[in-house]
Formats: sequence, structure tokens, C-alpha cells
Amino acid sequence: MPTATYDERAVPVDDEGFFTDPARWTEPMAEQIARESGIEALTDRHWTVIRFMREQYAAKGTGPTVRVLGKTSGVTVKELYQLFPKGPAKTAAKIAGIPKPRGCI
Amino acid sequence: MPRPHLRHNSGDMGKHIVILGGGTAGTMTANRLRRTYDERDFRITVVDQDDDHLYQPGLLFVPFGLAQPHHLVRSRPRQLHGGIDYKQARIERADLDARTVHLAGGIRLTYDVLVVATGAELLPEETEGLTGPGWGERVFTFYDLPGAVGLHHALERFEGGRIVIDVADLPVKCPVAPLEFAFLADWYFQRCGIRDQVQLTYATPLDGAFTKPVAAKTLGGLLADKGIELVTEFALGEVDAAGGRLVSYDEREVPFDLAVVVPLHGGAEYVGRSPGLGDELGFVPVDPHTLQHPDHPEVFAIGDAAGLQASKAGSVAHFEGEVLVHNIARFLAGQPLDASFDGHANCFVETGFHKALLIDFNYETEPLPGHFPGPVGLPLLKESHANHLGKLAFEWLYWHSLLPGREMPGIGSTMPEHGKRHSHA
Repeated sequence: MPTATYDERAVPVDDEGFFTDPARWTEPMAEQIARESGIEALTDRHWTVIRFMREQYAAKGTGPTVRVLGKTSGVTVKELYQLFPKGPAKTAAKIAGIPKPRGCI
Repeated sequence: MPRPHLRHNSGDMGKHIVILGGGTAGTMTANRLRRTYDERDFRITVVDQDDDHLYQPGLLFVPFGLAQPHHLVRSRPRQLHGGIDYKQARIERADLDARTVHLAGGIRLTYDVLVVATGAELLPEETEGLTGPGWGERVFTFYDLPGAVGLHHALERFEGGRIVIDVADLPVKCPVAPLEFAFLADWYFQRCGIRDQVQLTYATPLDGAFTKPVAAKTLGGLLADKGIELVTEFALGEVDAAGGRLVSYDEREVPFDLAVVVPLHGGAEYVGRSPGLGDELGFVPVDPHTLQHPDHPEVFAIGDAAGLQASKAGSVAHFEGEVLVHNIARFLAGQPLDASFDGHANCFVETGFHKALLIDFNYETEPLPGHFPGPVGLPLLKESHANHLGKLAFEWLYWHSLLPGREMPGIGSTMPEHGKRHSHA
């Protein structure tokens, strides 16, 4: 299994760079993952989404979809795309250190 | 066939199973229960708000003049066996703690087992501009009957230009239907002799033509062969009918003269009014293998209404039904449930020119090539005339075999491995 190094610690990730063990994530890692995902600085609004992603993962075992995020996180879908232009659900999951959200069929 | 009487619990007498929804899943469930168990075991009531049971797979064919709208609708209660009550009323809400369903007109139904089978609803108003000016004129959906009929007239009038087929977001019912629409549109305009004047585009929020890699490659290849442009990762943010463009949330644009949009889907409205029943989108989260609600063991969900990582398709409801009927009886008898539903789905994909391909998959196994249901059978993930005939024959089977709750010989609930080729990973 591949690993990535964030905040000077090696953590297991999947082939696309998503954490496979969310317990290994720490807040200082988020800024670095964000920069790798093309987001220069994390604002409070980014953090609202990141914390929400982690709570949802803890409660449900999977990260929410963009649509569910838009309905429940307090951040509209439009703003989610402004915050995470390359796809909010996937990018926010990666920065939040949770596995890739399961898609729908 | 003599029906087994549940003798292990004499308290079953007078138990009441309430099934919300008289569509594909609800009708099949009611009929299977009635066929399998004696009327002394439990009463069954099915609730729906109207008397129009729509053969939903037929909607795809209406815009192309290949199906007559009035042939697709039949009476709901007439599809139910004797010994099943039918109540036609709007569902206000379910009170799970009181095990009571509230219907319009002050009717209350108390239940011992509740089956949620009210499917998925279209939510076009949730997408900016979709139901604004142009809706029903140059912006359509074929996912309901009025939309499919309107689109038929629009296609008849269409003399050339850009047509975009767009899936707003998942989940949607029958995720292959929008692709089938694109394939049939290619055939339709070739037959009309104006294909060279029609530009077809397929826009999807996915990163390929389909969710699963092997099928995405095959179906994406078919789009390319037919000259249909594929636009991926397109999350529909706004429909601008006057300007003739779809705009994604990340501000990309797809121009159109005619847009065929599959709107957002959600569960039935009353689910949101029933505390503890559904998720954020109004679907009912149930165990993926037993179909039982995690917090209310006497509540089950089946078909499109269930919040599962399974396709929203009639075949899934059929395969789920086998497990569900068994589990309802086990639940009432106080026995452990059978956790055997595997996410099995089976779909004919119409590809135009009297051909179709067949896909068969479950939670674990993506659609693969090979044959179904065994090495000698219909080809999988490959176009053939036999699959097209299979798709056409399915309408008869639906009314006369599937809805009445008859089992399909040789086709069980679990996905057959035999006949599938895993080799080319």
C-alpha cells in the first residue's frame, strides 16, 4: 500500500492519495494536502466543510456527496465549488483525511 | 402449491403488513407475500395516492414513437392478488414510534411490519432554471409520462442543431436510460435522414460514461462509435434555456438547442415528514443485505425508495423482493434475518438499430463480459439482436410474471458468477 508523508509522518493512502486510516490525520496535515490539491490557503469556510466531512465519516462510514453536503453542511453547492473547484466531495474528503467517498450507481 | 402456514407463533393471527407504494417494488412484494403465506398469517394493505401503475421502462421509447403512452399505464389494484387490501390516499407521514401511518382524510393504519416502497421522485425545481422558461419547450425530461410525450413532439419538430442529454446528479432511476436515450437518438435521426445536421452530446457528473470501469469503457466506446460527444465531471448548476446553455457548478458550458435533462431524484415527500425514517435525500437507509431499518426492526425498504449503493432499477427490486419476503416472515416469527441480498442488478441497455446489450452485476462485481445466466445464454456487455428481443419481451414478463410475484426460472436472487469473464483486468 502506498504511503504519503504529511507533517513529517508517513501515512497509508490509496492509489489516488485518499487516507485509508482517518485516525492518522491531524489538522496540521490539511494545509499541505490542500496545496497538493491546488488550494493555496484554507479559510474558515474550508474548515467548516473539512470538519463536517470528518463528522459525517465518523457517523456514517462514508463521506457525503456534494448534494448531501449542500443540503446539510451549511455551505451551498455553489460555494462548495468555489472553495473546492476540482470537485468538492472528493477534494474535501482528501484534505479531511477520510477515504474516497463511495459513489452512487 | 400449498402455502406454508406459520405455526411457530400463533400470535401472528391478525398481524398487519402495510406496504407504502403500489409500483414495481410494492406490488411485487405484496403479491409474493400473498402467494407465499396464508391469509390467516397476516393481513396486507398496499397504499398509493393514485390508480396509475406506470411501466417505467417504457418511458425511454415514448419520445421516439416506439411506445404508445396509454399502453404503459394500468390500474394499480388490478395488479394485486386477491386477499390484499388497496387504499388510495395521499400518505401524510409515518409515526414510527406509534407504528402508525397517517393518510389524507384522517385515515390511520397501524402496522406490525411497514414496507417502504414509494420509489424516487423527480426534483427538477431543485436545479436553478430547469423548470423556468423553456421547460417543456426546449428543455425536457423523459423520466415522467408528460415529459416523454412532450419530448416526442419536440423530436418530431426538430430539424437539426445541438441536442444535449444531461444527468444532473446521482442517484437516478435506471442509470443506463440516459445513455440508451443518446443511442436511440442517433438511430432516430439517422432514420430521419438528418443525423448529419444533429450534434449529440452526453453530459454526466461521472468521470466516464458509467460508474464502473469495464462497462464505462464499453459504453463510452459505443458513444464514440456513434459520434456522440461525451462531457464528463459535469455537475449541472444551472439551465439557461433562453441562452441555450447548461452551466456546471465549475462554470463550464454546454450549448444546446434541445436539452434532455434527468433531474435530481429524492425519496417520496412524506419520508421527510416522518421523523427517523429517511436520510437527507428522503431515501430510507436499510441494511444492504437484509433490507431492515437500523433503528426500527419492523421497518423495511425495497426498490428505489431504499438508500442503498445498488442501482435504482426494477430488476434490483425483483431480486431484493425474494430476500425481503423471506425476512418479513422470519421477523414476524422472531427468527434471525437472512442477510443474503448481494446488490444484484440486471439491465438491458438498448443501443439502437434493433440491438441491445445486457449488464449483470452486484455490490462486489462490476458489469463484466461473458454470458448470462450461464456460459450458454445471452451475451453480456456486448450488443446483440437477442438482447434487444429480450428487452422487448420484458414488458410482457413485467405485467404477467414479475408483478404477480412469479419466480423467473433459472434466475435467482444472487448474481450468477458462472459465465462471467474476469480475465482482462
